Amino acid sequence: MTDLGNIALWIALLIALWASVVGFVAGKTRRPDLMRSAERSIFAVWGLLVIASAGLMHALLTHDFNVEYVAAYTSRNLPVFYTWSAFYAGQKGSLLLWALVVSTFGSAALLVNRRKYPELMPYVAGTIAIIVVFFVATMVFASNPFERLGFTPADGRGLNPQLQNPGMVFHPPMLYLGYTSISVPFAFAVAALISGKLDTGWLHAIRKWTLLSWLFLSCGIVLGMWWAYVELGWGGYWAWDPVENASFLPWLTMTAFLHSVMIQEKRGMLKKWNIGLIVGSFLLSIFGTFITRSGVISSVHSFAQSNVGWFFLVFLILAAVVGFGLLAYRWPMLQAEAKLESMVSREAAFLFNNLILIVIAFSVLWGTLFPIISEAVRGTKVTVGPPFFNQVNVPLGLFLLLLTGIGPLIAWRRASTANLKRQFQWPVAAMLVTAAALGLVRMSDAWSIVAYALGAFVVVTVAQEFVRGTGARHRLHGEAYPLALVRLIGRNRRRYGGYVVHLGIVMLFAAFAGLAFKSDTEVTLRPGQSVDVKSPYGYTYHITHQGISQYEQLNRFVTAASVDVTRAGKYIGTMKSEKRQHLDSFGNPTFEPSTAVAIHSDLREDLYVVFAGAVNGTEEAVYRITINPLVWWVWYGGLVLAIGGLITLWPTAQGPTPVSRRRAEPAGYVAQVGA
Amino acid sequence: MRARTKFIIGGVLVLGTVGYLMASGIKETGVYYLTPTELAAKVGSDHSFYDVGVKMGARAVKGSIHRVVASQTITFRATDGVQSYPVVYRGLAPDTFTDEVDVVVEGRLQPDGTFRATTLLAKCGSRYEAVPQRNT
Repeated sequence: MTDLGNIALWIALLIALWASVVGFVAGKTRRPDLMRSAERSIFAVWGLLVIASAGLMHALLTHDFNVEYVAAYTSRNLPVFYTWSAFYAGQKGSLLLWALVVSTFGSAALLVNRRKYPELMPYVAGTIAIIVVFFVATMVFASNPFERLGFTPADGRGLNPQLQNPGMVFHPPMLYLGYTSISVPFAFAVAALISGKLDTGWLHAIRKWTLLSWLFLSCGIVLGMWWAYVELGWGGYWAWDPVENASFLPWLTMTAFLHSVMIQEKRGMLKKWNIGLIVGSFLLSIFGTFITRSGVISSVHSFAQSNVGWFFLVFLILAAVVGFGLLAYRWPMLQAEAKLESMVSREAAFLFNNLILIVIAFSVLWGTLFPIISEAVRGTKVTVGPPFFNQVNVPLGLFLLLLTGIGPLIAWRRASTANLKRQFQWPVAAMLVTAAALGLVRMSDAWSIVAYALGAFVVVTVAQEFVRGTGARHRLHGEAYPLALVRLIGRNRRRYGGYVVHLGIVMLFAAFAGLAFKSDTEVTLRPGQSVDVKSPYGYTYHITHQGISQYEQLNRFVTAASVDVTRAGKYIGTMKSEKRQHLDSFGNPTFEPSTAVAIHSDLREDLYVVFAGAVNGTEEAVYRITINPLVWWVWYGGLVLAIGGLITLWPTAQGPTPVSRRRAEPAGYVAQVGA
Repeated sequence: MRARTKFIIGGVLVLGTVGYLMASGIKETGVYYLTPTELAAKVGSDHSFYDVGVKMGARAVKGSIHRVVASQTITFRATDGVQSYPVVYRGLAPDTFTDEVDVVVEGRLQPDGTFRATTLLAKCGSRYEAVPQRNT
C-alpha cells in the first residue's frame, strides 16, 4: 500500500503540474477542451491524494513499522482512535492532509461554480493546481510520509501522550481546514485579477468560502485552547505563543474581510483593500506554517526544525509577489464607486473595525517576530511576552467590542440624530447601568468593568434587533412570536447569523475579562490536611487531600492524588489529578510523565487542581490549585460563534435576495418594514 | 472629502496610540533572550546585566537535575555546549522538563554565578515531531 501511495503522489505531482499550465492557457485562449482538461486534472489529483492518504492510513493501522512515519508516531499498544490521529501528528502526514484538503476544496469549488463563472474557473483551477504542486513537491522531495527505514523496528516510538487527548484529535484537522481552505478565495482573487473580471461576481463566489475557512479556523483555535487548558496543566488557554499567534493572524484578516466585503457589496468601496485582505490571509496561513516549521522563532510548542520551513518561505515570497503584483497591475480598475460621506455612518464604523483588526494583526505579528527584528537591528534577541500583547490588545479589543454594537445598527451613508436615538438609547442605558452596578460591587479591575459594560451594550443592541424584527413580523404577517423569530432568522440568515456570532464574541470577551480575577495557590499537603482557597465571588473552597494511589491503566502507569472539595461548606465532590507514565509494548516507560488535570467547572468559575508530585515517595502531595473565573464562557462562546457562522453559511433556498428586499435592510430591518 | 479627512485623522490617532502602546510595551516587557555564552559576554562587559531580567535558552545537562519536592525547588545545570550556569528554580516544572531537554529560563544571573529563574519552560520539540532513531 505504501508503494501505491508513493506512486499516487508522483502521478498527482505530474498531473497537478499539467493542470497548473493548462489552466492558465485555457483562461487565456478560452478553449473549452483545455478547460475541461484542467478541471478533470484537479479531480484526478484529488482521487490520487485520496489513494495516497488511504495508503498511509493502511500503514498506520496495520503497524507497518518499516515505514519511518509509522514507527515514529505509533506503537502497538496505542488505542486505535489515536492511531488514526497519528495521520497528522507529524509533519509528513500533515503535509499529505493539507494537499488532500486543498484538492478537495478546489474540486468542490470547481463543481459548484463552473457554470456561474466560466471566465474565472480556468484560472482558479490553475492556481489551485500550483498550490497542490507545492505541497506534493514538498512531500516527495523533502518530507515523504512513505519513506522506509533500512530495518523494521519491533515496535514504534509511540505517540506523545500530550497528543493522546480528544481535543488533539479534532483541533489540528480543524486548523488545517481553516488554513488550507483559504486557498479557494485566494485562487478566485488571482483569477479575478488576471481575467480583469473585477465586478462583484467573484466576491459573491468567495464570500461563503471565506466564511467557511473562518469557521474552521475559529473552531480550530477554540479547540486548541480547550486542549491546552485540559491537557497541558498550566492553568490557562492562551499564552501568546508564536504557534497560537500564527493561527490568530489569518483569523483576524479573514474577520476584517467578512466585514469589509459588505461595504464593497453595498457601496462599491474598498475594492483594493478586499483583494489585499484575501491575499494577506492566504500569505499569513502559509507564514504560520513557515515560522512553526522552520525554527526561526523559538516556541514552546516548536515542531521539528527542518528544511521544509524554507520550502514554505520560498512559496510565501512567490505567492506574495504574484498576489500583490497582480493587485498593482489592476490597480486602476479598482476605483471606489462612492466616497465616505460621514463619520457617523455604517461605512465609518466598518472602516474602523477593519483598521482595528489589521492593527491588532500587525501588533501580534510584530510581537511574534520581535526576536528576529531586534536581532537584525540591534544584534541581540529581545523577546516580548504576554504583557506586551495584553497591553496593546486589551484597549484595541475593547474598541472593537464597541464597534461590534455600533456597526450593525447605525445607518449607511449618514446617520440622523433620530436614527442614533432610536437604535442606541437602550444599549447605552444598559452599558451605563452595568458599569454603575459593577462599580457598586467594587469590581477591582477597571478594564474588566469596561469590558462588561460594552458587552452589555452589544447584547442589548442584538436583543433589540431580534425583538423588533420578531415584533414586526408578528404585526405584518400575523405570525406567532416563536414562528416569527424562526422565520426572521431563516429569511435573513446572513444578518441574524452575524448577530449570533457577535453574541459569541461577547461571551468570549466576558471570559477574557474574567482572567483578571484568576488566582494560583501552590500547597503541600499530607493525607487529611486541607487548604482554604478564596474565590473572587467571596466564598471559600475547602480542599482536603485524601491520599495517593497507583495502578496500571491502558498503556500507562498512573499515580493519582485525590482531594475532597467543599464550597461554602457544601460538599461538591472528589477531584482526582493524575501523573501518568506511559509505557511501551514491553512495559518500559516511554516519554516523560504527563499530568491529567482535575477540573470542576460551572458558569461562574473553574476549580483547576494539578497534582505536581509526591514528596519522596510518601503520600504527601504537592498541588497547584487555580481558580479560573468564567472559563466555561470561552467554550460556549466558541460554540455560539460556530452556530452563528453555520446559520450565516446555510444556503438560502430562494437564491439571491431580490432588490426590493435588499432595500429594506439598511439601518435595521425594522426601520423600514415596521413602524 | 471632509468625512474622509476626519477618518484619516481618526486613523492616525488610533495608529499613534497603538504605536505608543507597542513601543512602551516592548520597552517595559521586552526581555533579552540569550544563550549562556552571550550572557557571559554581556555580564563581562556590563555589570548592570546582573540587575536586569533575561531569558536564557539552553539545554539541561544530563544527570544534573535535582528536585526537592518539599520546598518545590529544582536545581540543574544549563549549557549551550560552551558556557554553563547552575540554575535554581522554585516552582512547578512542566512535564516535559527532563534530562537534555531544551529549556528557556527567565530570571536573573546572580553575582555568585547562579541563575535564579522565575519561570522555566521546557520545549517539547522532540516530542511533537519525534526525531527518528539513527541506527548506524
